[in-house]
Amino acid sequence: MATDAVVVKRSAGRRLAGLFNGRPRLQIGSLLAAPMAWLVILYLGSLVALLVTAFWTVNPLSGSVIKEFSLENFEELVNVPVYREITWRTVRTAILVTFTDAVIAFPIAFYMAKVAGRKTKALLVVAVLMPLWASYLVKIIAWRAILAEHGVLNWALEPIGLHGPGQGVTSVWLTMSYLWLPYMILPIFAGLERIPDSLIAASEDLGAHPFTTFRKVILPLSFPAVVAGSIFTFSLTLGDYLAPKLVSNEQFIGTSIFDSITNNQPFAAAFALVPIVVVIAYLGVARKLGAFEHV
Amino acid sequence: MTAVAGIDLEIHAGEFFTMLGPSGSGKTTTLRMIAGFEDPTAGTIELAGVDVAGVPPYERAVNTVFQDYALFPHMTVADNVAYGLKVAKTDRSERARRRDEALAMVRLPGYGARKPAELSGGQRQRVALARAIVNRPRVLLLDEPLGALDLKLREQMQMELKSIQGEVGITFVYVTHDQDEALTMSDRIAVFNDGRIEQVATPEDLYEHPVNEFVADFVGTSNVLERDGERFTVRPEKIEVIGPGASTDGLVTERGRVAQVAYAGAVTRYTVALDAGGILQLVRQNVGEAPGVAPTQGAEVVVGWRPQHAAAVTGAKNKEEVAP
Repeated sequence: MATDAVVVKRSAGRRLAGLFNGRPRLQIGSLLAAPMAWLVILYLGSLVALLVTAFWTVNPLSGSVIKEFSLENFEELVNVPVYREITWRTVRTAILVTFTDAVIAFPIAFYMAKVAGRKTKALLVVAVLMPLWASYLVKIIAWRAILAEHGVLNWALEPIGLHGPGQGVTSVWLTMSYLWLPYMILPIFAGLERIPDSLIAASEDLGAHPFTTFRKVILPLSFPAVVAGSIFTFSLTLGDYLAPKLVSNEQFIGTSIFDSITNNQPFAAAFALVPIVVVIAYLGVARKLGAFEHV
Repeated sequence: MTAVAGIDLEIHAGEFFTMLGPSGSGKTTTLRMIAGFEDPTAGTIELAGVDVAGVPPYERAVNTVFQDYALFPHMTVADNVAYGLKVAKTDRSERARRRDEALAMVRLPGYGARKPAELSGGQRQRVALARAIVNRPRVLLLDEPLGALDLKLREQMQMELKSIQGEVGITFVYVTHDQDEALTMSDRIAVFNDGRIEQVATPEDLYEHPVNEFVADFVGTSNVLERDGERFTVRPEKIEVIGPGASTDGLVTERGRVAQVAYAGAVTRYTVALDAGGILQLVRQNVGEAPGVAPTQGAEVVVGWRPQHAAAVTGAKNKEEVAP
């Protein structure tokens, strides 16, 4: 009787807590239900839709989509030289941007993680993050203005008889290297922060010159972080269409997809699979290089 | 901020020298200055008669066993141990020979192919030691190397470190805050306090004749009493409980009451409040006396010690003595 009286008095919240108590699967399940639904239905669902659409075709006369399995889009991507050229140009730019960002980011990240004092470090983290607060479109337009025929770059180069790159692949490279730099700096910074100072001290203590210490200890231990950053810079460059649109007249994968979306969705879908395949291949190479071993 | 001030130390070649003190007392800073990670603002650091202040760590014939071992996680045990030889461009066959010798010395032969992550704490400690002695430094610095190990393993490693030191004949400079460890292993000990050295002495001298209250308290139990304006300390095991009618010849005696009794297996610890003021800690071996012989809590007792066992001490730090 006494037990019953206690049960009756329990509030709804306590009863709910009682239901979850000792049932870890129920706890995890109800916690993850909503985000999992989002992930599966909206994210993976749209990827599947993309994959399916890529195998459809468009009736060239009526412009209507023929929902039948066909490899036509992929044959076109492989066989038409201009598409091969676009793919190669995009991948080449992505590699170049990644390499550029890695070379610029590493010394900055190293300074932030291992040299700067606490105050300078905090200041630099904010400085690196700050460009991310500005609209990405605004930043591209700013670069367009800098690189324009009568822009600030040509104005500055004119007295020494030089001329800026103008609209083109070089401008895309410059713009994207700027845009994605923070995505390279931050993972490397985090990776370097994780290397205990005692390892660097131990290397020096054992007789290694700072350059040897860098090559044998710091670089191998921070390499996974460089790869992590490169995954951002590489895939972001592969998928972008606004920068090529605004600072070049060349076609990139992104711009080609954008241009085909209105009149040939299946072809756009097929082209969109190319960066996905390239990134998967890239991750495979990174894995082979041992980039995920010491994470 | 000054971490250490006015340190004057001379460490002999081949000696097992310990820097003992509480955390923040400056012992690690001193060690880092010997290693070359920090530079003194004034003064010199001589290694075998040559001033090395300002010489970077990679050019000093000194190696360190770090507190966190600092093993390179991306290298195998063998590559860790051979690291110093490799950067010194020792030739391949000699490198392999010395590496295997060092691994055998720390009793880890056959572990070369493993990664540090696959080793236990005690094994990592040994690898760190092998990696340092393989270079045959003039001085080996050890920064609380046993701090992370459990008691049994720590005691075992203390003995091993001591025997390895005898084997290689390298000067060991050992940093610890553990007084038992210091007393067990060292040839000489420097007691650090607040950036200064309070006393440098052999373990026995340090324990039997502490120069001041800080040393008396930090190395062992303090037991400081003040009688007739004289301050002195007596070690707990030197104090006897004198039974009724027993002779007190040649002893200094005091009356008191047992305030606390703590049984600790081999010994029992007593806290005695003296009638003349002050508190004494004393220990008695549990040798299996008849019941009723050992004092109980609240009992009135007479305690005594030989005068030569009372060591006069000064205050912990005489601020007045510090010249402006």
